Amino acid sequence: MELVTPSIGLVFWTALAFICLLILLRKFAWKPILGAIHEREQSIDEALNKAELAKQEMARLTSQNQDLMQQARAERDEILKEAKTLKDSILNEAKKQAQVEGAKLIEKAKIEIENQKKAALAEVKDQVSTLSLEIAERVLRTQLDDKTKQEALVANLLKDVELN
Amino acid sequence: MDCNQVFVSKVKKVIVVFTLLIAFLSIKIDTFAQVDSAVVPVDSVVAESAEAVSGQHGAVEHGKEKFEPTKVIMEHIADSHMWHLWGHTSLPLPVILYTNGGLEIFSSAHFHHGEHDYAGKYNTYRLVEDHVKVVGANGQIDETASVLDFSITKNVAAMFVAILVILIVFISVAGAYKKRVGKAPKGLQSFMEPIIVFVRDDIAKPNIGHKYAKFMPYLLTTFFFILFNNLFGLIPIFPGGANVTGNIALTFVMALGTLIIVNINGNKYYWKHIFKPDVPFWLYPIMIPVELIGIISKPFALMVRLFANITAGHIIVLSLISLIFIFETLAIAPVSVAFVLFMDVLELLVAFLQAFIFTLLTALFIGMAVEEHH
Repeated sequence: MELVTPSIGLVFWTALAFICLLILLRKFAWKPILGAIHEREQSIDEALNKAELAKQEMARLTSQNQDLMQQARAERDEILKEAKTLKDSILNEAKKQAQVEGAKLIEKAKIEIENQKKAALAEVKDQVSTLSLEIAERVLRTQLDDKTKQEALVANLLKDVELN
Repeated sequence: MDCNQVFVSKVKKVIVVFTLLIAFLSIKIDTFAQVDSAVVPVDSVVAESAEAVSGQHGAVEHGKEKFEPTKVIMEHIADSHMWHLWGHTSLPLPVILYTNGGLEIFSSAHFHHGEHDYAGKYNTYRLVEDHVKVVGANGQIDETASVLDFSITKNVAAMFVAILVILIVFISVAGAYKKRVGKAPKGLQSFMEPIIVFVRDDIAKPNIGHKYAKFMPYLLTTFFFILFNNLFGLIPIFPGGANVTGNIALTFVMALGTLIIVNINGNKYYWKHIFKPDVPFWLYPIMIPVELIGIISKPFALMVRLFANITAGHIIVLSLISLIFIFETLAIAPVSVAFVLFMDVLELLVAFLQAFIFTLLTALFIGMAVEEHH
């Protein structure tokens, strides 16, 4: 029975000692220790978070760079393509213009030729008529040298007129 | 964890029975002529079988003396006014008595191990079985005299030693934290930090919730106070050797602390659960007394659990050692020592386990008292 009967002295000293221990440890041990552990945990957390953020930032920058590069490449392609189409269009334009110009020139030349031809033909006609008149005159002169022939001709001509 | 405890105490029982069985088989049967059966409780076995065995104390002065293991074990388990160092050397401790006359302070050396009376200022005192009694005018013990014994006994002194060690350890650890701000722990600091973090993260946080910070100093102090006293109790020589946490007075104070902490922090839900539980009203005459008993029974269980575990461990170790003196032969010593070694290792586990359980249950009770219901 003695074993399970708390003695007043030990109860008193235990209570006193435990309360003193609690107060002393709370002030001099638990507060600084728990505070320091908490602070360190927070700083570790912070550092980890920062590292994570830095990693994300890195990833972001890398992807941004890639995007930029891609964009630049696309732009370059675009510019090249544009240049090509521009060149093609200029070339085509030039070709077309040249064709039109050529056609015009040809047309002009044709007209000129025609005109020249007409003029030449007119001249030829003129000369032909003059020549034929001359020839006819000469022919007539020779033929009408004698009187009989003249009379025959006039008779002939009159005959034609009578027939009419 | 309650399962663990049951397991531990079962292991203890099995070991005691097993040890005795081996002892009976290896020693000549005629030594135990009086013993009828092999399976009998420790105390009766040792009492009956002991014959002309000299104990550790007074063997030289008194010659052949009957060895009484029960007495020896109880002497070691119980408190004392002297701290036995070695052989016949004991450290006298101060006796502080509160009598109807006033305070009386003197050294226990005046009793000369209970052989002399000491005449104090107000009364004459005699040490009877390590209890200070008042001697009346007729030379007989006066049982009616009211004397309150506030002596610094062996347990108190051992507790002070443990407290001193705790203070030195944790104040130096705190100093290390101040000196090495934000750096990794080192030395003693790195040994203690996981235990402190364990108490915080595995005992306080899951059981109490977000209000745990307020209770951390109490939980940590309780844990380390019990742990250090348990460990000092395992040391068989001077700075240890006292059965501090195996004393009902100490566990009573610890449990009382839990009772007070839990009830002054109990919120309205806690008290509603006790005085207005969610049961049909006609059950109230049963439920309310049951809940009120529950307030007391929880810390009471804490008190008995710690006391019984530590005391049981000490009794087993002392019983195993006593076997050598009971059988009066060195042949049993290896067996005893082997089992004592096993028990000591088990007690080492129990020292941590009991400190853990006490703190865990305290945290659990606090958690139940401060829990918010939504």
